[in-house]
Amino acid sequence: MGRASFSVGSRVWLFALSGMLCLLWVSQVFPQERKWLPLAADGVHDPRSPALKQLQEPREALSRLAPDPHVGNQVRWVKALELGQINPRTNIFPETKVSVLDQDIIMSNTGSRPKVRFPHKQHSLWLDCAICHEQLFKSKAGGNNISMLSILEGQQCGLCHGAVAFPLTECDRCHSVPHGVPIPDAIIGK
Amino acid sequence: MTRGRIWRIPAIVVCAAALGLGSAPDAGAEYGDVVINKRAEKEGMRPVVFSHWFHRIRFRCKVCHFELGFKMRAGANDVLMADIIEGRFCGMCHNGQIAWSAENCDLCHSGLPGLKSGIYGGHDTLGPGRW
Ligand code: HEC
Ligand code: HEC
Ligand code: HEC
Ligand code: HEC
Ligand code: HEC
Ligand code: HEC
Repeated sequence: MGRASFSVGSRVWLFALSGMLCLLWVSQVFPQERKWLPLAADGVHDPRSPALKQLQEPREALSRLAPDPHVGNQVRWVKALELGQINPRTNIFPETKVSVLDQDIIMSNTGSRPKVRFPHKQHSLWLDCAICHEQLFKSKAGGNNISMLSILEGQQCGLCHGAVAFPLTECDRCHSVPHGVPIPDAIIGK
Repeated sequence: MTRGRIWRIPAIVVCAAALGLGSAPDAGAEYGDVVINKRAEKEGMRPVVFSHWFHRIRFRCKVCHFELGFKMRAGANDVLMADIIEGRFCGMCHNGQIAWSAENCDLCHSGLPGLKSGIYGGHDTLGPGRW
């Protein structure tokens, strides 16, 4: 009995293994399918509200934008803007001055984690300088005592990241610069 | 072990893997949804739901948080319906010109009764305790 059942068992395992490899391949070749909850089941909208027939479902709008599976809105907003998939208005009043700054700041007080690259361009495309300067951050490289703890408490970078901009689970997106590599065209903080 | 049982283990593994790859993100509000309910429900209206995802497709953050002066803290803006009708806060756009006007009560007041004001749909990264 022992022998026969072993060979049946190993055939079954072989089948299982190839099944899983197959799934792995499928998930690599075809981009991961994104799913959004319908408004009626999202826990903030009242399923009985007459508005649900008129409001846009997140899936309808977001499935057309650059994917970021399982992160925030599942949209890579920086890319959606770069690719021109969206072109949100920069101002409502014609006299408002719209400014963009193309300058990266490197922050290296990160222990064993890779250094942080703070990109001014990607931020100032969405945000005005005055939203960050001078209350939230002094405009001086290395002039702010930024720490991961206060970020996780919803301060500093954590004001937006974790609420509206991509969440803090994405460590590598901020901690993107390995130690010991020269960085051209960036301002070095501390 | 019988032959029947041996079959089941790998079958379960394959099914679990398939479910894992195709599963939806955690249930809950869309990331960045804000509920505003300081007065609405007390005054007989459903709570207000504001969606960042919908608005940021059309407007950059700077429009609301710089030009229009919305403070970046859920609950920090003291919004009254009278202000909106007079063209402040949501009413700076929901005035029948940039977007449909304040007459469409239900479109804004669409929230589940009982919800507290605040930001929803987060990833539980606010605060080291929840991290
Ligand atoms: C900067 C302008 C602006 C401001 C400020 C604004 N909105 Fe809007 N809103 C829009 C536009 C534009 C639309 C889309 C209108 C259309 O489709 O015709 C919209 C649509 C909506 C919708 C419908 C979304 C859907 O699924 O169709 C809701 C709900 C809404 N806004 C709520 C609010 C609330 C609540 C506030 C204030 C807290 C607010 N908005 C502030 C511009 C604005
Ligand atoms: C939104 C950007 C951002 C994200 C996301 C992020 N960090 Fe940080 N992190 C920073 C910044 C900025 C600093 C401070 C760097 C400085 O002052 O030089 C920092 C500092 C740190 C430090 C140094 C010690 C300290 O307390 O300041 C560690 C460790 C760290 N982060 C770990 C992580 C881990 C782990 C994750 C993912 C769970 C993460 N970070 C996600 C921006 C981020
Ligand atoms: C999302 C927030 C944010 C926005 C928006 C922003 N900045 Fe900054 N800025 C920072 C941070 C963070 C630093 C680095 C502070 C540090 O290293 O402690 C910085 C640093 C600076 C510095 C100092 C650089 C140096 O050489 O020391 C200047 C100047 C500056 N910003 C100008 C601007 C201008 C102009 C704009 C608008 C076009 C702008 N910033 C928009 C966050 C922001
Ligand atoms: C006032 C809001 C705000 C603050 C404060 C802020 N960010 Fe951001 N950040 C954004 C927005 C909005 C984006 C666009 C992408 C998104 O929404 O997910 C962004 C994008 C980024 C990106 C680019 C990601 C990509 O996809 O290429 C990095 C890196 C980043 N932030 C790091 C930081 C760091 C580090 C800090 C703190 C020093 C910080 N941010 C503070 C709002 C903010
Ligand atoms: C553009 C979005 C929007 C529309 C449309 C809208 N409201 Fe509001 N309403 C709000 C917001 C935001 C608040 C503040 C909610 C709070 O703090 O509880 C509010 C508050 C209220 C309140 C609470 C008391 C007060 O005076 O602030 C009442 C009652 C109210 N609305 C009734 C209405 C009625 C009736 C209509 C239709 C004629 C309407 N609303 C249309 C967004 C809207
Ligand atoms: C159409 C207007 C509008 C736009 C565009 C907009 N916001 Fe907001 N934002 C709001 C409103 C309204 C609130 C809630 C204020 C309240 O409850 O008093 C809010 C709240 C916030 C908060 C506070 C959340 C908390 O944790 O308390 C943050 C952070 C924020 N917005 C960031 C952003 C960023 C980043 C962008 C651009 C990607 C953006 N907003 C675009 C209207 C807007």
